[in-house]
Amino acid sequence: MEHGTTATVAQTAGYLLFIPLLPLIGALLLGANAYFGNRLPKILVSLVGCGTILLSLCLAINVFVDLQGLPESERVLEDSLYTWIKAGDDVQLTDGTLVKGGTFSVDVGFLADPLSSVMMLVVCGVGFLIHVYSTGYMAHDPGYSRFFCYLNLFTFAMLLLVMGNNIFVLFVGWEGVGFCSYALISFWYKEMPNAWAGMKAFVVNRIGDFGFIIGFMLLFWSLGSQGVWTMNFRELAANAHLLAGMQWGGINVVTLIALFMFVGASGKSAQIPLYVWLPDAMAGPTPVSALIHAATMVTAGVYMIGRMNFLYSMSPFALSVVATVGVCTALFAATIGLAQNDIKKVLAYSTVSQLGYMFLAMGVGAFSAGIFHLMTHAFFKGLLFLGAGSVIHAMSNEQDMRKMGGLWKMIPWTYGTFLVATIAICGIWPFAGFFSKDEILWKAWESGHHLHWLLGFIAAGLTAFYMVRLMSLTFWGKNRSTEEQKQHLHESPWNMIAPLVILAVLAFGGGWLGVPEALGGNNRFHHWLAPVMGGHGEAHVTALPADDTDGHHDAAAAENAHNAEAEAHPAPAPHAEEVQAGGHGSHTVERMFALASVALALFAAVFGYWIHVRRRDIAEKAASFLGGIPHRLLLNKYYVDEIYNSAVVQNLLRTTRLMSNFDKYIVDGIVNGMAVLTRATATINGFIDKLFVDGAVNLVGNAIIAGGNRIRRLQTGQIQQYLYVLGAGVTIIVIVGLFIL
Amino acid sequence: MIGLTHYLVVAAVLFVLGLLTVVSRRNTIAILMGVELMLNAGSLNFVAFNRFAPGFPSAFDGQIFSLFIIVLAAAEAAVALAIIFAFYKINRTVDADAANSLMH
Amino acid sequence: MSSPADLLFYLFAAITIASAAVVALGRNILHSVFFLLVAFTGVAGLFVLLHADFLAAVQVIVYVGGILVLILFAVMMTRKVRTPEVSNEAVGLWRGLLLGATALVLLVRLILNSSWFGGRPVAGVPGPELTTVDGLGQSLLGGYLFPFEVASVVLLAALVAAAVLVRKEARGLDESAD
Repeated sequence: MEHGTTATVAQTAGYLLFIPLLPLIGALLLGANAYFGNRLPKILVSLVGCGTILLSLCLAINVFVDLQGLPESERVLEDSLYTWIKAGDDVQLTDGTLVKGGTFSVDVGFLADPLSSVMMLVVCGVGFLIHVYSTGYMAHDPGYSRFFCYLNLFTFAMLLLVMGNNIFVLFVGWEGVGFCSYALISFWYKEMPNAWAGMKAFVVNRIGDFGFIIGFMLLFWSLGSQGVWTMNFRELAANAHLLAGMQWGGINVVTLIALFMFVGASGKSAQIPLYVWLPDAMAGPTPVSALIHAATMVTAGVYMIGRMNFLYSMSPFALSVVATVGVCTALFAATIGLAQNDIKKVLAYSTVSQLGYMFLAMGVGAFSAGIFHLMTHAFFKGLLFLGAGSVIHAMSNEQDMRKMGGLWKMIPWTYGTFLVATIAICGIWPFAGFFSKDEILWKAWESGHHLHWLLGFIAAGLTAFYMVRLMSLTFWGKNRSTEEQKQHLHESPWNMIAPLVILAVLAFGGGWLGVPEALGGNNRFHHWLAPVMGGHGEAHVTALPADDTDGHHDAAAAENAHNAEAEAHPAPAPHAEEVQAGGHGSHTVERMFALASVALALFAAVFGYWIHVRRRDIAEKAASFLGGIPHRLLLNKYYVDEIYNSAVVQNLLRTTRLMSNFDKYIVDGIVNGMAVLTRATATINGFIDKLFVDGAVNLVGNAIIAGGNRIRRLQTGQIQQYLYVLGAGVTIIVIVGLFIL
Repeated sequence: MIGLTHYLVVAAVLFVLGLLTVVSRRNTIAILMGVELMLNAGSLNFVAFNRFAPGFPSAFDGQIFSLFIIVLAAAEAAVALAIIFAFYKINRTVDADAANSLMH
Repeated sequence: MSSPADLLFYLFAAITIASAAVVALGRNILHSVFFLLVAFTGVAGLFVLLHADFLAAVQVIVYVGGILVLILFAVMMTRKVRTPEVSNEAVGLWRGLLLGATALVLLVRLILNSSWFGGRPVAGVPGPELTTVDGLGQSLLGGYLFPFEVASVVLLAALVAAAVLVRKEARGLDESAD
């Protein structure tokens, strides 16, 4: 590594390994139990399933405490298990020792820095609560042990994803969560739609993953061409500046890498155009929707971009793509959410929309704000899903909100917690969603993305509206359920209520970790992430200063970042001078923006309540507005699935069929036709000219028939022949390689 | 003086004869025999390399590899013959031509 | 002039190649099996010349004593004993020969054109007192212990697999196929 800058030394912490390992052990135990016919008693299964996650959570808290004990710039713990891949030439170190095959090595190693510690806490914390909840929700399911096995396996993969200290480990986790998501969506695989939904999720995710692979391979090679062969995040961050100015086909390599990786992120995190799998993923059990499709897995893309922030900061174009896709998704999904009748579908589109906010945050360079929203979203959206599960449980598996209503009396605990989550997601002070969503919108405005801000602002209003619509249809108004459902209506058991209450506390208070300075706080969350996210957690959209890449962020660097930030957007914001002046004035503006958001949310909420509870005729009229076309459009999700189906899936299948028919009719037909034709000619000629050319014509005819038969035998299905062709192919390749090239 | 190349050429001839057997015989058992010939050729290569490698009188890695090849060949022969028996039970023949269900 | 050891090499090489040729081209599968035996023995002889005494013994015991008997059994059990023409016909012999010849030319060319071990002189010829059993044993239970254990598991798995494949229930498959 002659050009490479080595990353700052990290402390080692051997226990990091156990955080992902414990859930894996649990998964293996429960998997074995499920495989051998569920011999273990249910209570033991619950204990193993939840206990391993609880232990991981304790360790994660320990990591957090350990990190806090360290000075800010050294808050990195590493634990390298063993060297996974080692390649390259021997390296002579400066002190004379010879490292065999040392230029490139990948460890199975774990990294705990402020960013991954937050993610670990979210994954283990919310994961544990959802595990506990599942012991109630899945209590009567025959696949109880299998369910917890998958859930633990998922937690393992997710922890691998957020804790890996290099891209390869992250990718293993990335694919692992994809698999678990597939297995859990199709958990009730005996019903075809569930199996289809799982497949859809898997296939759409693969499309994204393909982009991701191209992205990190491109990163690997382009950094390698600068003499730094590494996949380690900290080394990548330390050496990313080497990529500046590299071009590939006239495009900045950094931009290419960032965009390809974003394809992966948009697949995993359900952004336009790859969001279609997430609403269908609601076919899985509700705790799965809460854990995987709301709180953790779908945020992997956000985490990945946060982790790669040093790369994205170098490419303003990639950032603007991320921001635009994010805010479009936020608005688009929010409008679909307005018209859905399935309670889980509304929440699913709401998740897509909220993920759009996180990408908006990433795209405007407010990385820590995005992660902050990720965390609060995990709290309130997890709570919403669990509450929805509790409602569905109480309503004997009814998911259609039109058949609910007035449930607040019957299931008060669920109602109360659900209400907290709704207020949180609407972004009303002082609940968690307010602080995180508002920070994103403010950052979008402050960085000069005014159109993005406007779209996000509208989406926030829509969010409040559809969430209150959900509340109105489900909990308020008249009860529209059947008599039979009414009789079974019951509050969920304590092991489902307790997680709801804890999550409600978090959804209420989680936002206080990141109170912006404008509202009298000091944004501790922001400062916590600062060592990873650089400066104050914001991108220096201008080219990176060369000396600001070694991971040290002392006061000077922070000031540097601040200046860079001010330089980055001088003109568009009318309050730019105020920002430079020291920020007091901008605080006033920020407060006004916050007030506007809250006002909008309140207005949308009251309006939603009014038309859905007081004046249902208005809602019905709105549905039939313009002949009902807009409503139908929303109800059918803009027909995106149908468009994809006819534009992509059907064409793909048609191409396949075309190929097969081409082979069957054209290729075979030519061969057969030639033979038949020639034979016919030969016969006619034979009559005419039997004496002279009989032999020759027959020869040609027979030769062509024989040739035709030979060609037809290309596809005999005999392995031996395939082997022969394989051998011949290898030989030809060797000949070409040796003598021609 | 017999050197490494002599052995390698013998092994190459052996390998090619095995390949010939595999691609040209109709009888699956004969194909299996061809595979064994090819494995033996590889084994011979390893032993020859071991003999002529710099560390010879003390290092035996090549021979160890050969040993593993023999072990795996034994396992492979057992499984392959079991497959041939199962195939024979179904098709009443051991001709590889009969195994063309991939075509359909 | 060639030394006796060189002559032995040519002898064993000739035996091996000739009998392998019979295996590849022979008309009768029983002949093929018996010449396979000779070919394996020839390889064992080459092993001896390469100072691999233990391996030669293993070759004889496992291949000649084990695998070949197994193959012989298979041949006998899949043919009606009374039919004399235990044929071993070839399909596409000519194209096989073509492929083989091309591959052989390529391989030999590669072998002759490479400078093995950087063209360094061959290590001195050790005396007949050199035995490899000691070294092999040390390696197998030392550095190669893990592969050794894995190989034993593979053998066990093969044993089980073979038993499962030929078990009686396979007959059900048989009946449904008819």
